[in-house]
Amino acid sequence: MVEEQVEMLLNGDFAVAWAWKHVEPDVVAAFPITPQTLIVEKFAEFVANGEVRTQFINVESEHSAISAMVGAAAAGARTATATAANGLQLMHEILYIVSSMRLPVMMAVANRAVSGPINIHCDHTDAMGQRDAGWIMLFTEDAQEAYDTTIQAFKISENPDVLLPTMVCLDGFLVSHTAMNLKVFGNPKIVKDFVGEVRPVARIKLMGEEVELSLNPRNKIPLTFGPFCYYDYYFEFKRQQIEAMKAVPEIVERVNKEYYELSGRLYGNGRLVPWNVDDADIVAVVMGSAAGTLRWVARKYRERGTKIGILKVRMFRPFPWEEVQKLLENKEVVAVFDRAQDAGAMVGPLSLEVLSALYYSKNRPKNTVTYIFGLGGRDLTPELAEKTFEELIRIKEGKEKPFIKKYIGVRE
Amino acid sequence: MSGGELKKWHEIPIAGIPWKFSTEYKTGDWRSERPIINHNKCVKCLFCYIYCPEMSIKINWTSDGSRPEKVEVDYEFCKGCGICAEVCPVKAINMELEKR
Repeated sequence: MVEEQVEMLLNGDFAVAWAWKHVEPDVVAAFPITPQTLIVEKFAEFVANGEVRTQFINVESEHSAISAMVGAAAAGARTATATAANGLQLMHEILYIVSSMRLPVMMAVANRAVSGPINIHCDHTDAMGQRDAGWIMLFTEDAQEAYDTTIQAFKISENPDVLLPTMVCLDGFLVSHTAMNLKVFGNPKIVKDFVGEVRPVARIKLMGEEVELSLNPRNKIPLTFGPFCYYDYYFEFKRQQIEAMKAVPEIVERVNKEYYELSGRLYGNGRLVPWNVDDADIVAVVMGSAAGTLRWVARKYRERGTKIGILKVRMFRPFPWEEVQKLLENKEVVAVFDRAQDAGAMVGPLSLEVLSALYYSKNRPKNTVTYIFGLGGRDLTPELAEKTFEELIRIKEGKEKPFIKKYIGVRE
Repeated sequence: MSGGELKKWHEIPIAGIPWKFSTEYKTGDWRSERPIINHNKCVKCLFCYIYCPEMSIKINWTSDGSRPEKVEVDYEFCKGCGICAEVCPVKAINMELEKR
């Protein structure tokens, strides 16, 4: 049954803050950084007004913010933080510790270009720098999805089969500061019932006993978190993390479906959101807000009979490579739109994933190309998207040679 | 964490939680210098006991338990950091090169 919801005018950052308000985490620690600041600013307001009972920790840096999350989450608290760009880079070393200690921390990232040159606008370079940190990574398209995905993230992370942190990414300014009419639950209890009133505490077997996986002094056997681990066991712990990631795709799908039953909003299967991909000759693969732009332009082509499909990748980590492989089978042209660059790599980070998946396909697409776009907040306008589609059509018709990598919107 | 038969990844608890007591991890083989106590000089002030970061100073108490009779080093755990020798007020502890 779809629950009662109220319409609000919120930007992406406020949407995340409202999702937190409804979830009411036990502990939030964050340091302000544009374009994420509005999240913690708004949430601090909720705390100050007594609207939530969350413990808000003011910290002196992002490194401390995420470290506070480690302590709080290890103690069993439901935790949330938010950051962007250089703040996320400052968290880098602790991110690995969070995932290896299997702490279900929720973090919102308002994607922003990483300095230098210093820039505050959107691209995905900040998140891509953390893609090996063992976090679940979900990319959202608009403020509504940011609200919905933030709520889902708690439930995904805290699942006892997962116990991994989740990063919810929203495009800086394009989503974080762009207001839209969106729906939030009128009764926060619905959200609390969905994620659970308190964070479920996992149990582990230790010395023949079943104990809480938490820094609880009342535990039957008190635990040590984050000890030294030699070459004789480090690899085994990493192997466990890989295994935990394997459970994620199914949990993401289940949570997406359960959320749909409450909200009436469904994001594909939670991992991928295909739009007219099945019968398409040309498929654009993309993450974040650009998916909306490409879909809007592709719609016009569809009306004229040109079969363009858009495949939005919502879950970047773990990367749903088998599904991507299947969806892109036998296509005429696949174009990956990468909002991040990796100087020295063959293509961008998203494209590397797609290409790797396609390498093992028996029915590889005829052509696969990569476009790097939108760095440092450079717009991907509908006009530019149209020009790009025209190029893809020419490639499909054999009128233009395919290529490995091109750039959209840069002055050559 | 070495010693005994090595377990497989699915046989150990998750999250890097140790599943044995720290007393089972003998750290004495890290040592490159060995503290040697000169019992003739030792005044049993127990400074070494207080400062030892590894709880590796053992105290033998007199039979009535009223005062320490002898202070010894637990070489199974002593990492040879030399703090005991440094804080000893009567210079009763000597750090000697470990020969193995």
